[in-house]
Amino acid sequence: MAIDIDTARKVAKLARIRVEEADLPKLAGQLSGILGFMEELNEVDVTGVEPMTSVTPMRLKRRADVVTDGNIQAQVLKNAPDAREGFFAVPKVVE
Amino acid sequence: MSANSWTIAAARDALQKGEISAVDLTMSCLTAIDAGDTLNAFVHKTPEIALEQARAADARLASGEAPAMCGIPLGIKDLFCTKGVPSQAASNILKGFKPEYESTVTAKLFEAGAVMLGKLNMDEFAMGSSNETSAYGNAVNPWKVDDRKLTPGGSSGGSAAAVAADLCLAATGTDTGGSIRQPAAFTGIVGIKPTYGRVSRWGIVAFASSLDQAGPMTKSVRDAAIMLQAMCGHDPKDSTSADIPVPDFEAALTGDIRGRVIGIPKEYRMDGMPEEIEALWAKGIEMLRDAGAEVRDISLPHTKYALPAYYVIAPAEASSNLARYDGVRYGHRAKLAQGDGITEMYEKTRAEGFGVEVQRRIMVGTYVLSAGFYDAYYNRARKVRALIKRDFETVFAGGVDAILTPATPSAAFGLGEMADADPVQMYLNDVFTVTVNLAGLPGIAVPVGLDAQGLPLGLQLIGRPWDEAELLNYAHVLESRAGFVVKPAKWW
Repeated sequence: MAIDIDTARKVAKLARIRVEEADLPKLAGQLSGILGFMEELNEVDVTGVEPMTSVTPMRLKRRADVVTDGNIQAQVLKNAPDAREGFFAVPKVVE
Repeated sequence: MSANSWTIAAARDALQKGEISAVDLTMSCLTAIDAGDTLNAFVHKTPEIALEQARAADARLASGEAPAMCGIPLGIKDLFCTKGVPSQAASNILKGFKPEYESTVTAKLFEAGAVMLGKLNMDEFAMGSSNETSAYGNAVNPWKVDDRKLTPGGSSGGSAAAVAADLCLAATGTDTGGSIRQPAAFTGIVGIKPTYGRVSRWGIVAFASSLDQAGPMTKSVRDAAIMLQAMCGHDPKDSTSADIPVPDFEAALTGDIRGRVIGIPKEYRMDGMPEEIEALWAKGIEMLRDAGAEVRDISLPHTKYALPAYYVIAPAEASSNLARYDGVRYGHRAKLAQGDGITEMYEKTRAEGFGVEVQRRIMVGTYVLSAGFYDAYYNRARKVRALIKRDFETVFAGGVDAILTPATPSAAFGLGEMADADPVQMYLNDVFTVTVNLAGLPGIAVPVGLDAQGLPLGLQLIGRPWDEAELLNYAHVLESRAGFVVKPAKWW
C-alpha cells in the first residue's frame, strides 16, 4: 500500500518525530517501498495459525512482591538533562 | 607474534602458566588500539579501567584460583551499559549517558576476571548491516583489496573490526537479525548468536526484545566456547532468561561428528547468488561429510518470508522500545523555542537525536502497530513467524542435528556503496541470518575461505534450541578442516 504525504505526516506525529514538510515526500516514498516489501506476506496462507508470542514456550517467573531496591534518587536523576529539587523538569504541561 | 594477536585459549594458558602478566597482555592491546584509530572501532577507550582490572586479574592468577576469562582483554559493544562509562548505542540521543549500573553480561565477564579495553562502534541502536548509521562515523574493515575502504558489516561492525585487526582478544556483540554473524563473516572471525534466552538481555540497550541476543565474537571456535560460557546463565532480572543448566561448551569440542545429520536447505540457494558463495557452501558440505556426518537435503518452505516478517516485527518492537528516548530522563534534549510545550520537546529531541535509519524504522513500526493496520501487518507477520519456527521444528524432529548455510550473500562491500540504494537493498544482507532470530535458534558464523579478490567468506551453522554445545562442535570441525588462518595485511 502506498503511503501518501498525509499518512507520512500522521505517522511522524504518532512517533513524536518532527519531520519538515519538505522532507515528507521522500519519507512517504521510502515508507511505501518498505511496506511494499512487506506485502509479500500476503502470499502466505496463515489460516488457523496463532500469532507467535514467545520464542520458547515458558511460563514467566514470579517473584515475591517485596521492595528490593530504592533510595537511589541521586542515581536516578544523574543523567537527566534537567533535574531540579529531586525531580525531572520538563516544559509546562498544563496551562 | 605480539600478545594482542593471541586467541583467548592461548592467552589463558600463558597467563595461568605465568608466561605473561594480564597487565602486559592488556598493554599490548592498548598499544594496538592507539595505532588502530583509522579503523574507528574503539569509540570510548578505557585504559585506566583496563589496567586496574588487569592488575586485579594478575593478583587472582597469582592465587591460582582464576577462571578461564581471567585477565583476557575484551572490547565491549557500545550497546552494553557499563557503569560510569559512556554507553550510547552509537546514537546522539544518548550522548553523554553514563549508566549508573552494569549490564548482566559485562558484570559476569568482569566477575570472571575479564578486562574491558573500551567501547566499540556499531550501527545506531544496532539498526544497520554496514556500521554506516553510527553517530561515531563508519567503522572500517581491516580487510582491504584496493583503494576502497570496506565495511566490517553491522551492526556489530566495531566488534568485528577490532577482533579481526587484533586490537583485542575478543569482543561482545549482539544479534537481532544477523548483527553478530554477518560482521563476523565479513571480517574472517567467528561469531555465535546463542539460543534466545541463553544470555541475559538486562542492561543491553533494547532494539527488538523478542529477537535480541548477545554473544561472543572471537578469533576461533574454541574462544567462542570459552567466552560464551562466561556470558550465559539465568538472570532473574531478565524474565525471558532461561533457568536451565549451562553445559561445558569447551569440553564439547570433541571433533567427532560421525553419524550426525547436517541439513542443507534448498531455499537458501537464492537466484543470483554469487558462484563463489555457492562453491564455498559446497566445500563446507564436503568437509562435514568427510568428517563422517550424513548430509541431507531439507526444505524450510517459509524462508522467503523471513525478511519481510522481520522488517515488520523488529521495527514494531523498536518503535515501542525507543519511545523511552524523550529527552526527560537521560541523553539529549533539544533546545526549545519560546512557547514550546512538552510535545515540541519530544518531537524536536527525537528528530535531532535519532539518525535517519532509526527514525525510518520507528515510523515503520509505528505504522504497522497503528489502528487499522495492526492485524494486516503485525499480526500477519507474527503468524508467518510461527510458520518459520515450525519449519525448523519439523526438520529437527525429522532427525536433522544442524543446518549448514552461507552466512552472507556476498563478501564485504565498500563503505558508501549502498548510500543511494533503496533501504530494502541493505536489508537483503540479513537474508540468511534473520530466520534464526525469528525462530530463536542458535547460529554461528565460521570463516571458511577467501573470495577471488581475497576477502573472507563465512558459512553459518544453525543448531537445535539450547544445543550450543553440539553446534560449537560442528563449527569446530568446519574450522579445523577449512584451516582459515589468513589475517588482514596491516595497512592502518
